[in-house]
Amino acid sequence: MADAITKKQASVARSKPKLAVWKFSSCDGCQLSLLDCEEELLAVAGAVEIANFPEASRTVVKGPYDLSLVEGSITTPHDAERIHQVRRVSKHLVTIGACATAGGIQALRNFKDVREFIAVVYATPSYIETLNKSTPIADHVFVDFELRGCPINKLQLVEVISAILNHRKPNVPRYSVCLECKRRATVCVMVAQGVPCLGPVTQAGCGALCPAYDRGCYACFGPKETPNTESLSTRWAQMGVSQTGLVRAFRGFNAYAEAFRKESEAHEGRLAGA
Amino acid sequence: MKTKTIKVDYLARVEGEGALFVKIKDNAVSEVKFRIFEPPRFFEAFLRGRHYSEAPDITARICGICPIAYQMSSVHAMEDAFGVTLNGGLRALRRLLYCGEWIESHVLHVYLLHAPDFLGYEDAIQMAKDHPAAVQRGLQLKKIGNDLVTLLGGREIHPINVRVGGFYKAPERAELEKLAEKLKWARDAALATIEWSATLDYPDFEQDYEFVALRHPEEYPFNEGRLVSNKGLDIAVRDYENHFVEEHMQHSNALHSLLRARGAYFVGPLARYNLNFDRLTPLAQEAALSAGLGRECRNPFKSIIVRSVETLYACEEALRLIAAYEKPASPAVSLHARAGIGYGCTEAPRGILYHRYRLDDRGMIHDAKIVPPTSQNQKTIESDLRRFVAGHLDLSHEQLTWQCEQAIRNYDPCISCATHFLKLEVVRE
Repeated sequence: MADAITKKQASVARSKPKLAVWKFSSCDGCQLSLLDCEEELLAVAGAVEIANFPEASRTVVKGPYDLSLVEGSITTPHDAERIHQVRRVSKHLVTIGACATAGGIQALRNFKDVREFIAVVYATPSYIETLNKSTPIADHVFVDFELRGCPINKLQLVEVISAILNHRKPNVPRYSVCLECKRRATVCVMVAQGVPCLGPVTQAGCGALCPAYDRGCYACFGPKETPNTESLSTRWAQMGVSQTGLVRAFRGFNAYAEAFRKESEAHEGRLAGA
Repeated sequence: MKTKTIKVDYLARVEGEGALFVKIKDNAVSEVKFRIFEPPRFFEAFLRGRHYSEAPDITARICGICPIAYQMSSVHAMEDAFGVTLNGGLRALRRLLYCGEWIESHVLHVYLLHAPDFLGYEDAIQMAKDHPAAVQRGLQLKKIGNDLVTLLGGREIHPINVRVGGFYKAPERAELEKLAEKLKWARDAALATIEWSATLDYPDFEQDYEFVALRHPEEYPFNEGRLVSNKGLDIAVRDYENHFVEEHMQHSNALHSLLRARGAYFVGPLARYNLNFDRLTPLAQEAALSAGLGRECRNPFKSIIVRSVETLYACEEALRLIAAYEKPASPAVSLHARAGIGYGCTEAPRGILYHRYRLDDRGMIHDAKIVPPTSQNQKTIESDLRRFVAGHLDLSHEQLTWQCEQAIRNYDPCISCATHFLKLEVVRE
């Protein structure tokens, strides 16, 4: 009898969707979001089988996995291979965070010669194996959904996990931070205080945090759908921001996201032309 | 001749990517490598040409687990370069923010990463089935640390409110008072954590370490102090590079840090505790002594108790700071960029975190140097493993592997910071 119950429990456990978390080049902050779901963590752990999540567990359950969450960007030849293995064992693959969706802050190397960077940091550059560019996961394999943010919003993460496992589209908005500011009734820092803000071209998701703390948005959620970066740059320039200031503003945590990369390169081009 | 290898290809329950390789030949340890293979991310290189005001947001991204530490070391270094010191409410708010980070980071480590080793579970979720009250207490306590960081910083990971010169916005007294109620519960939960951690089984393993930590005239150290050790070091932060040097080892993407005079040293909670016991609150001292820690503790496996003691200290210090809080007239002091070099060193949960920046008169960064705690502890981690394995050759391969992993987890290594992760490999010859 006891045996039968154990077997039944085991089969229930097996039927739970398998969740895996993978790390590439990153700060670990996005996967930490899962552990920061203090109130939801045990519920999530009850609803899925945590099959591979090295930051939290020594357990490694063999794939295939129903859902793989991928953090970090591709920066080494080894990782460029490994992401294909991850894709092969994953039914659904969701990238989490600015590194995985846009190359992250480490993509700042993409605008320079990486050999110079190695020489600045390491005494023996020959020991270091790295690619010239830091690239997002979608440059390498098919990605089912990209969750933005540096870091991601943990409530959005819970929504995405739940949506994917229930075969529906995640409810994650692509509109700008400005809408969140309005909803929060924060007075526009750019209009009222003359503080440069990237909110108009940045995707919502953080809850319009920076303006609520009296500072301009620095675009940690990356470009919104169809951003008008050029128009915003014009406004920033009228407010006294220099060309180099504009290059730096667009070269943050999502520097290699296409809209931001193009805008920063346009201002760099103007600098070179001047 | 018999060779045996202990090999852990990807160390679990640490932050980042690392591996361990131990080779045993003729019943003696012949080789130990604690390998960090987290890919290099080049922060020091791309900080060049950025404005000083961007450093706290950029350096926070080195680590998602201890972003406050990076923000604190960077703002203090910049202020040092500009000749500015923060006092009063702004200084208190920075201490309060650090209390939040210590609570959430220490509790994450104690309950979710470290305790499962002592109790024989693969993770805290499995542990929760048999020890639900303990895990729930841990999660709740961790949440209060996160709540404090969120209130002062905007969010728990990569907070947005820290700036050179202070904050973008200072909280209201009433907002902090609301949190004080939760912190009183947290103080009791931290006490219970100390008692609970004291009941775990500890291997008999004491070493003669050189402990290095900050020391402040009055306080348990967070942001300020002189760098001291139990073997005679006593220097100002700006002299750090005269006494410490980094080596680039082939087997690790993280640089190894050494004391020029004596080699390996040990930073983090155990170092702070041994060098600053007298600066703890009376309650924290009493709880530590009741837990059997003693005034000095040289057993790295007991770092879990020390983290619990520091969690209690952080709760008490947060309550004291909130009780004394008066909202500053302005959230930040005014600054004038000037050319120069700034030095900063603060106590991250894992130990001292050193930053140095050279700036021009427009406040642009010309070069940066960042030495995180895990790279400073790497040599000591390796020497611990060497001695620990030598004393436990009778253990089964599986047991020895797990204990080696635990010996590394004692340090709560943050490999993302040091650059990242652990594999364990033991070869027996």
